[in-house]
Amino acid sequence: MALRLPERVPGLPVLALVLLLLPLFLGNEFHLDIATQIALIAATVVGLNLLVGYGGQVSLGHAAFFGMGAYASAILTGTYGWTSIPALVCGALLVALLAWTLGRPILRLKGHYLSMATLGMGIIIAIVINNEGWLTGGPDGLAVEPLTVMGAELSIFDHYSLLGLEVSGALLWYGLAALLLLLAVWIAQNLVDSPIGRALRAVHGSEVAARVVGVDTSHYKLLIFVISAVYASVMGSFYAHYTGFITPQVASFEHSIELITMVVLGGMASTYGVILGAVLLMLLPQLLTDFQDYEMMMFGLILMLTMIFMPKGLLPTLSEAVRRLRPRPASAPASGQE
Amino acid sequence: MNQSVQQTETSCDDTARPAPLLEVRGLGKAFGGVHAVDDLSFRILPGEVYAVIGPNGAGKTTLFNLITGLYQPDQGDIALKGEAVQGLPPERLARLGMSRTFQNLQICMNMTALENVMLGRHLHLKRNFLAALLRWPSLRASERTCRAQAEELIRFVGCGDYVDADAAAMPYGALKRLEIARALATQPAILLLDEPAAGLNSTETAALEQLIRKVAAGGITVVLVEHDMKLVMSISDRVLVLDYGRKLAEGTPREIRDNPDVIAAYLGG
Repeated sequence: MALRLPERVPGLPVLALVLLLLPLFLGNEFHLDIATQIALIAATVVGLNLLVGYGGQVSLGHAAFFGMGAYASAILTGTYGWTSIPALVCGALLVALLAWTLGRPILRLKGHYLSMATLGMGIIIAIVINNEGWLTGGPDGLAVEPLTVMGAELSIFDHYSLLGLEVSGALLWYGLAALLLLLAVWIAQNLVDSPIGRALRAVHGSEVAARVVGVDTSHYKLLIFVISAVYASVMGSFYAHYTGFITPQVASFEHSIELITMVVLGGMASTYGVILGAVLLMLLPQLLTDFQDYEMMMFGLILMLTMIFMPKGLLPTLSEAVRRLRPRPASAPASGQE
Repeated sequence: MNQSVQQTETSCDDTARPAPLLEVRGLGKAFGGVHAVDDLSFRILPGEVYAVIGPNGAGKTTLFNLITGLYQPDQGDIALKGEAVQGLPPERLARLGMSRTFQNLQICMNMTALENVMLGRHLHLKRNFLAALLRWPSLRASERTCRAQAEELIRFVGCGDYVDADAAAMPYGALKRLEIARALATQPAILLLDEPAAGLNSTETAALEQLIRKVAAGGITVVLVEHDMKLVMSISDRVLVLDYGRKLAEGTPREIRDNPDVIAAYLGG
C-alpha cells in the first residue's frame, strides 16, 4: 500500500470555507462587526507568531506597530488628504524602518533583549501618541476616513451593489477582512515552508546548528522581526479605516500583551492555533462585559495557566490529544514496509 | 615542502605536492588562566582522516570550537585553503567549506529529520525573499531537488527509516548519524566530527567506521576528536595527541601507539 495520508490537513481551504459560511450564522450586524475585527486582529497575530513561534523572539511592543499603521493611515488620509493605499504603504515603510533600526543592533545579541527593547519602544510610542495631540488627537482619539481605493469608498454605513446583489458595506468589510486573513495565512505558510522559514525554525531549535551550516542567524531574526512588524502595521491601517475612529489604546502596552497572549494561548508556531487564540480572546471581553475592569487580570491569568498546563498552546495540545486517542493502524506498518 | 602557503597556493591542483587544507599556527586560548589550548601548530592535508586524541580536559573540544569559529582564539593563526580564517564566525566558515558535528548533539528538535538535513543545504539554495513569500514555481522546484538530495543523504548515513520522523522521536544513535548527514549536506571540504562514537554500542561504532570511510573516500577531509582508540587507530591517516592543550605527539597510528610520551600520558606514568 503506497497510500500516504497528507502530513497536514489542508488548512487554508478549510479556513476559507469557514470564513465564507460564517456570515450565514451571524445573527446581526453586531456579530458581523466582531467577526471583522477578529479577522483583522487574527491576521496581526499570524504575523506576530512568525516572530514568536518560529523565530523564538518575543516582542512586547507589537501594538505600537499596529498603532503606528493605524495612525499613519488616519493622519495621512485625514489631515493630508492622501488616498488609503499610499497611506498604508507609507505607514508600513515607516514601521519597517523603525523595526529594522531597533532590531539590527539588538538581534545580534543572544537572549531576551528584544523583549526589553520592544517593551520600551512600545511605551514611548504610546506616550507620543497620547501627548502629540495636534497630530494624533491625543487621548480623545482621531476620526478616520473610510477606506478609499481607486476613487471608490468602502463605508460600513453604505450599501453597494455587487454582481446585481445589494450588499451592505459591513458585509463587504467582513469579506475584505476575511481575504486579508487568508492572505496573511498564505504568506506566513509560504514563508515557513521556504528555506527562510527553515532557517528561522532552526534558530529556534538550535542556533549553533543553524550557524555551522551557514545560516546568518541575526539576519533572519531581523528579517522576521521586520516582517511581523509590517503585518501589524498593515492590519492597523485597515483596522483604523474599518472602525472609523482610533484611540491611543490601539498602541498601548495592554494591547501588546493581548496580542502575545493570543499567540501563547493558541499555540506558538501553529498558524491556525494563534487564529483560535485571537478568536477566543476577542470573544472573551464580549462574553464577560461585567468584568471589564478585570480584563488585564484575566489576560495575565490565561497567560500563566497556558504556560503551566499546556505550554505548547491550545491547538497543538488538542491535536496531540486527538492523535493519541485515535488508534494508528495505517501509519505504523506503512513506514516499515517501504 | 617548506614553501610558504602563498606560493603553494598557485599550484593547488598539483596533487604531487598537496598544500595543507587546514593549517594551525601557534594557536592559544585560555579560560581565566587555564590554558585550554597552548601554542598549538599542525597541518591537515586534503583527503586525510586526521584524529585528535588526548585525556579528558586536554583541550580537544576547545580546539574544535576555535577552528570552527565558536570561540575566538587569544593568539595564533588558522588558515583554511591558504586563507586566514581565525576569528571568523561559523556561518562565514560554512561558506568556505567547513562543517562539523557536536559532542552534545545540536539537532533542531522542532523539525523532522528531513528538514534538519535540508537545513544543511541552506547555502546552496536560492533564498530570494519575494519568491519565498509568494511561493514561486522556481522555489518549489528547488525545494523538491533539495528534498531529494536530503533524502539521499539520510539514506547514505543509514537513517533511511527516519526520513519523515520528528527529530525529537529519534534514538540517540540515529541522531548522531543525522548530524553527519546535515554536515554533509553543506558539501564541505573539511568535516569535523566531535566524538562521533560517544554513546554508541560496538555495532553502531562499526557502522560509523564504515560511514567515515565512505565520507573520506568521497574526497572530504575528516577531522575527528574521539576516545574510542580502536576506531581512531583503524581509520586515521594521522593522529594528533594533545595533553594540557599542547601537542604531545603527532604521527601515524603506529607511531602514536609506540610513542613513550603518549603511553605515559594515558597510563599516568
